[in-house]
Amino acid sequence: MRLTPEQVEHVALLARLRLSEEERERFTTQLNSILEHFEQLQQLDTSGVPPMSHAVAMSNVFREDDPADPLTPEDALQNAPDRARDCFRVPRVIE
Amino acid sequence: MSALNDLTAHELSELLGKREASAREVLEATCARIDEVEDNLAAYLLLTREEAERQASAVDERRARGEDLPALAGVPLALKDIFCTKGIETTCGSRILKGFVPPYDADVVERCRENGLVLVGKTNMDEFAMGSSTENSAFGVTHNPWDLERVPGGSSGGSAAAAAASSTIVALGTDTGGSIRQPASFCGVVGLKPTYGRISRYGVVAFASSLDQVGAITKDVRDCALMLNVLAGHDPRDSTSIAAPAPDYTRALVSELAGMRVGLVKEFMEYQGVGVDREVGAAVRGAVERFHELGAECGEVSLPHLNYSIPVYYLIAPAEASSNLARYDGVQYGYRTPEEGAADIIEMYRKTRDDGFGPEVKRRIMLGTYALSAGYYDAYYLKASQVRGLIRRDFDRAFEQYDILVGPTSPTVAFRLGEKTEDPIAMYLSDVCTIPVNMGGLPGMSLPCGFSPDGMPIGLQLVGRSLGEEALLRAAYAFEQTTDFHRRRAHSVRERNGRRCVVARASA
Amino acid sequence: MAKYRPNIGLEVHAELNTRTKVFCGCPTAVGAQPNTQVCPVCLGFPGVLPVLNRRVVEFALRAALAMNCEIVRPSIFERKGYYYPDLPKNFQISQKRAPLGRKGHLEVTVNGETKRVGIYDVHIEEDAAKLLHPEDDRGHSLVDFNRSGVPLLEIVSDPDMNSAAEAEAYMNAVRDMLLYLGISECRMEQGQLRFEASVSLRPEGESELGTRVEIKNLNSFRAVIGAVGYEIWRQSQALDSGEELVQETRLWDDERGATEPMRTKETAMDYRYFPEPDLTPLEVDDEWIGRIRAELPELAEARRRRLTEQHGLSDYDAGILTGDKVLADLFKATAAEGAPAKAAANWLTGEFLRLLKEGGLAAEQTRLEPKGLAELIGLVEKGAINAPAAKQVFGKLFERGGSPSEIVKELGLAQISDEGEIAGVVDGVIEEHPDAVENFHKGKEQALKFLVGQVMRKTRGRANPQLVNELLRKRIGGG
Repeated sequence: MRLTPEQVEHVALLARLRLSEEERERFTTQLNSILEHFEQLQQLDTSGVPPMSHAVAMSNVFREDDPADPLTPEDALQNAPDRARDCFRVPRVIE
Repeated sequence: MSALNDLTAHELSELLGKREASAREVLEATCARIDEVEDNLAAYLLLTREEAERQASAVDERRARGEDLPALAGVPLALKDIFCTKGIETTCGSRILKGFVPPYDADVVERCRENGLVLVGKTNMDEFAMGSSTENSAFGVTHNPWDLERVPGGSSGGSAAAAAASSTIVALGTDTGGSIRQPASFCGVVGLKPTYGRISRYGVVAFASSLDQVGAITKDVRDCALMLNVLAGHDPRDSTSIAAPAPDYTRALVSELAGMRVGLVKEFMEYQGVGVDREVGAAVRGAVERFHELGAECGEVSLPHLNYSIPVYYLIAPAEASSNLARYDGVQYGYRTPEEGAADIIEMYRKTRDDGFGPEVKRRIMLGTYALSAGYYDAYYLKASQVRGLIRRDFDRAFEQYDILVGPTSPTVAFRLGEKTEDPIAMYLSDVCTIPVNMGGLPGMSLPCGFSPDGMPIGLQLVGRSLGEEALLRAAYAFEQTTDFHRRRAHSVRERNGRRCVVARASA
Repeated sequence: MAKYRPNIGLEVHAELNTRTKVFCGCPTAVGAQPNTQVCPVCLGFPGVLPVLNRRVVEFALRAALAMNCEIVRPSIFERKGYYYPDLPKNFQISQKRAPLGRKGHLEVTVNGETKRVGIYDVHIEEDAAKLLHPEDDRGHSLVDFNRSGVPLLEIVSDPDMNSAAEAEAYMNAVRDMLLYLGISECRMEQGQLRFEASVSLRPEGESELGTRVEIKNLNSFRAVIGAVGYEIWRQSQALDSGEELVQETRLWDDERGATEPMRTKETAMDYRYFPEPDLTPLEVDDEWIGRIRAELPELAEARRRRLTEQHGLSDYDAGILTGDKVLADLFKATAAEGAPAKAAANWLTGEFLRLLKEGGLAAEQTRLEPKGLAELIGLVEKGAINAPAAKQVFGKLFERGGSPSEIVKELGLAQISDEGEIAGVVDGVIEEHPDAVENFHKGKEQALKFLVGQVMRKTRGRANPQLVNELLRKRIGGG
């Protein structure tokens, strides 16, 4: 599998990154060399091996449906880069 | 006599308890050291001196009133800037979080406060903990106190450098693929990454959630046990936190190893046929000898799937990171690239993230996004998760024969600044011995086991069974008692080649 | 027109009515000031972690079992990644590869016939924040995170419905079920129930499903029915003229009454699902399933059938009684208190609904209790009060509850069944109205009714009418 600069651009859009021409070239080369190094994984037979997605096997961890104190609106909004009317403000989203 | 800040936490605890020193005095000595070395070291991103003075005074007042105080009350603490601190800026080494002031404390920060530790500052780190040298910080490079031309390791490089230079007494780090152990090794201090789930991740900025674990970086093994007593325990705010109560870890500190079975891991000494540096290998074999002399039964063991740990790690960790870091988009907090003209939300996101993240973070986000994307999930992420299971199985088998596994923490001593920044794979390979331990969710520890001919510390890695921290501490403590590596401090500053340097010197 | 057979599938998103959000302790009440029901977790702040609300699982299990689903073990949470400002982490915690329940079905009634609709999966996820688009700041949108993290149940049907009417019946069945289970308020105007539809057409007789079109922005039953109807029409027009249909997502425009393709710039959606590492798997054991199953209330459809078959109620009465959960529970409990089903049904579908309508009230706003109603029915059956008195008593029970026999005493409504007492009044009336007596003797039955009325007036309606009749006939001859 070799990544093309177009695929790299597509991945960048998925990840909401904007790459310069130069970055796109560099990432294409670097990602390809990393993925090439990783090809060895494909040689390993893992049929029937369950994937390990958690480091420690645990299940059924819950909290009860008891309310906790929310933040004050000031604490909630104090870090916002842009705010208005007790809300977070963003460029217009077209529905 | 050494300056107060050159002492260990347990030594200070004793002095403070006997009122032979006050928390204020300990803090002053520590701050004096910071003033002396920080220009050269750049271990800290932020100093919290006023807050520290208040905390130290409060401890002294409580002691004067005759209150029974926790063991480490009054001991200075440095926090990697990955821990959320209420009311104190937390950047995770990233421009995208510049100015972020969390309205909450991480669980471990609460625990440290409750135990009277005195926060002196937040330490430098690789951006979002992605790196092995602290060169990926958005806010400058931290230097290794043993040789300022070298890296302190990473990603908890600031914490390790500060502990090694005695510009703090204890420090906290996080470890996703070796980020506590490798810098501890490079800086000649002790670092323990406990079992996944033993310490709460609540309030710790996430890198790779299924691998991240908190731990302490200290000057010796006893301090490490004392810190684990402070940090370990159940937290209902972290679903992956282990419910079993934490023991008193200082009880594990005994000076013999009779009956303990110690296995030297072949793949730690040689990854895919390439051996570790000669002096590193020699120091580790010397340590195994020492274990034998202390009464342990020693042998060699092979864990074949460890030869795949680099690709497995660099698929799983970036995949999780690409998702964890999606939230940095300039809406609720942190940096946002100012809008020009008719702004569009997608462009706002892309510009903000382009300006806010450094190259290594972007590289991993790209890699992780690709590994999870349609059509590649099975070949990359799923495959890696399966091999991760095989790595864990290898460990389980090895632990049928051995109580602890050992090897070097890193294949080399600290490398030179800039040496590996242009070659991602070479950089990734410096974590080859530590990464498998995170894959397995197991406890791992690094402690000094020697020095290279050019005076750089070498780290010994110990790996235990799940929740086997006590076995690690016991082995580490017994070993440490037979050496003086932990008493050497990188603590004098002098001119070298026209620069002020902090240089190594064995303490008297 | 019936050249094509439509296949319709529906995705229902229902907000669950737990006290707190699915992964944090913030309250879920609607209508609060913006960003007052938020915390670091539902704002997606760095380093904080989700912890699953146990009640959300219980509620979702109720729905999954009520729809006869297989419970998946273990069930896991996954992250669904996409960037949108209403999504604080830019991923939504949801379930895909191992949802809580799958392979179920729901029975719905269309034109008196029962149809089984397959349930593909039932899963838990978190709601998104609310976006506001201020009129006076057209360059920006505002984000209110109060709704962020409210628990959602997503119910995905198989494409088993073949008409808009079936889709409507299915939506009704789902809504009834959620209300019966007490797990969602289903207030559509508050967005507590939201839909997405998929429509495909295939030539009659063909077994392969046609090209699938998904429709979003459906916020009411009416919108779903309109959109499905429109899409069937649009697709059959296209197929008639030999056009190739494209698999796409379209938006319903309520005002125009039409669907249109989404104008999104986004290339093909790639959600990059992977297991949520911050949450543990869910292992629902047999004991838990057994407990939830035992607590499961009877669903509307089953209850409707039982009312007609076992209790002999008309379809009409049964339909009314099961159409509203409060009404249905009142009926069930009244019958459980020993009241005959028919009488209980009459009171509830008659006087009760009339009073509700008159007062503009919802069923749960009244004080009527099953025990009181059952006792009232008993008093009428025993002849302790007559019908007009019973209506008065019912009015009081509706207003303020209490014991019917005490209300009867308080209002002096007890029926007079003492022969001596009534005889005295009867004699007086006969004396006062000799002309009426004469008319009766001439064969005018009407006159007897008049005399009965006079007796009732004098006893303020309390005399036992049967007894009055008997005594009058005895006194003035004729029997």
